[in-house]
Amino acid sequence: MSDNKYRMPDERGHFGKYGGVFVAETLIPALAELDEAYASARNDPAFRAEFEYELAHYVGRPSPIYHARRWSEALGGAQIYLKREDLNHTGAHKINNGIGQALLARRMGKPRVIAETGAGMHGVATATVAARYGMECVVYMGSEDVRRQAANVYRMKVLGATVVPVESGSKTLKDALNEAMRDWVTHIGNTFYIIGTVAGPHPYPMMVRDFQSVIGRECIPQMSALAGRQPDQVIACVGGGSNAMGIFYDYIPRDEVKLVGVEAAGLGLETGKHAASLTAGKPGVLHGNRTYLLQDPNGQIIETHSISAGLDYPGVGPEHAWLKDSGRAEYVTVTDDEALKAFHDLCRNEGIIPALESSHALAYAARIAPTLARNKILLVNLSGRGDKDMHTVAEKAGIRF
Amino acid sequence: MSRIAAKFAELQGRQRKALIPFITAGDPEPGQTLPLMQALVAGGADIIELGVPFSDPMADGPTIQRASERALTYGVSLRIVLGMVHEFRKTDATTPVVLMGYANPVEAYGQAAFARDAQAAGVDGVLTVDYPPEECAGFADLLQTHGIDPIFLLAPTSEDRRFADVAELGSGYIYYVSLKGVTGSAAIDLDEVARRIPVIRAKVGMPVGVGFGIRDAASAARIASVADAVVIGSKIIETIEQSPAGEAPARVTAFLREVRTAMDATTRGVQA
Repeated sequence: MSDNKYRMPDERGHFGKYGGVFVAETLIPALAELDEAYASARNDPAFRAEFEYELAHYVGRPSPIYHARRWSEALGGAQIYLKREDLNHTGAHKINNGIGQALLARRMGKPRVIAETGAGMHGVATATVAARYGMECVVYMGSEDVRRQAANVYRMKVLGATVVPVESGSKTLKDALNEAMRDWVTHIGNTFYIIGTVAGPHPYPMMVRDFQSVIGRECIPQMSALAGRQPDQVIACVGGGSNAMGIFYDYIPRDEVKLVGVEAAGLGLETGKHAASLTAGKPGVLHGNRTYLLQDPNGQIIETHSISAGLDYPGVGPEHAWLKDSGRAEYVTVTDDEALKAFHDLCRNEGIIPALESSHALAYAARIAPTLARNKILLVNLSGRGDKDMHTVAEKAGIRF
Repeated sequence: MSRIAAKFAELQGRQRKALIPFITAGDPEPGQTLPLMQALVAGGADIIELGVPFSDPMADGPTIQRASERALTYGVSLRIVLGMVHEFRKTDATTPVVLMGYANPVEAYGQAAFARDAQAAGVDGVLTVDYPPEECAGFADLLQTHGIDPIFLLAPTSEDRRFADVAELGSGYIYYVSLKGVTGSAAIDLDEVARRIPVIRAKVGMPVGVGFGIRDAASAARIASVADAVVIGSKIIETIEQSPAGEAPARVTAFLREVRTAMDATTRGVQA
């Protein structure tokens, strides 16, 4: 979907030693079918035109870039600009990918779509596009996340989706992903699995990145128009990493722009209760790809923690693993408390309620802005709005509705 | 000749099909694994598939997931599983043992170290569910170097070009997954299996075992009439789950004897 000079992954989905197709034989034919269908769709002008039409008229793209002047002033350093993915239909960047994969499902003649979800944003996006295109929709969600994100569960149900709480393992996003894979392998004939992030077996990491790359592609002319130049740094939160890949992708060949991914340090890296796979994990194989994973010395995947359900995942997209090892992107961490402070600061200074996921990127911008000159520019991907997090934030403050 | 190849050669001479039961190492608790392996042999097992517990068993249904979770509460690691095989080998020098599990514990152990230690423990075959041929040429070579058979899966949906991949990298036997879905799923399409097995056997040049969806003596016997080996997993795990403390080995032996008898009756009938 982009005319990018950077060429990754290779034909078999490898980003250096990461990525690939690490699945049971039962899924191999389905992935080959998907790979073929996507290769044909991405080169089909009619498919691209329909995707762009839907992004413009249904999602409301392009999303604006907003110069957060008051907050930048309060921080007293670099200028912070926000890419407003929170203003998309359904309130986050997830819908970009949802539209793309739903159009592909329709093109492949699959009447049923399934999805996994953590915070519920990808589930809502999938339920939304399923309603939009008249498809049956089943969303798998860890029972712990069902509890944390009750409002989103109800949104999915209102949109006609069936939400299946997953009770196995840690009852969070990774277990929802396992269960969605099991559903897919059982209903391969009529079912399209809409993966919500840039992880999973090839072609998912590439395909989801391509659909999300509209974010960064819009930023380049928008920054030229608004600031007269490109940012010094592009900052995005990383769970699985789809909003980050989306905004990074068109900036990868522009070496002068620093790319920074912000992982969830939870209660602090030293406590072990975090979700910082790139920072504190090591390479392994999970969910169909080789990437950095949070695991014990025996290779068992360990339970993660983040205040934001959307970052609470023990793996990360393989392209981020590649960008880290190659040095093209830098990955840093922000704790629950820092993210919460940034959440409140953006609310009070700019009248924007950010998602707790996005608040991690904001917190890192707030950490470095005061150390930089006033003419420096930080572009933060405000990947989603925070309405869904009201009860988490209230709970932290000791307030009950 | 590997223990697995020797076993299939011996069975062919006796006009018998291989019975391959699966249990998860460390389930219901680590002390039970050695007695359960011996109970499998007593019930007529020709080869034992020993599951390596993993936190995220994506290709398994609820029954084997539960077995994995029970074993993990005791911290049963790949290293501990190798120790169990080592203990079993002290009591049984002939029954082949195939480890079945997921890639990440092997990645964490280190592929080369694992191949070396598995050989030393007396492991005969390794089936890594999420290492398809295109991602594990190097690992398959390491296993072969250490005299271990890399076992691969084929599915009803596998295309012909997959046969060449597994024929090149694999040895021992092929594990044909008889239905779409996860382990422990319901129905099995016997006609489809009967059509596919001879084709696969001819193309890959090794015995073909069938698993997924085989739950009783009758279905095992039907599969034995067309395949070289019958793999039974979830049903055995359920038998273990439902047994009062201490009785699991005896019950597993009784169940397998039934299966063995039915299989042997069928294969003798076919020959006669």
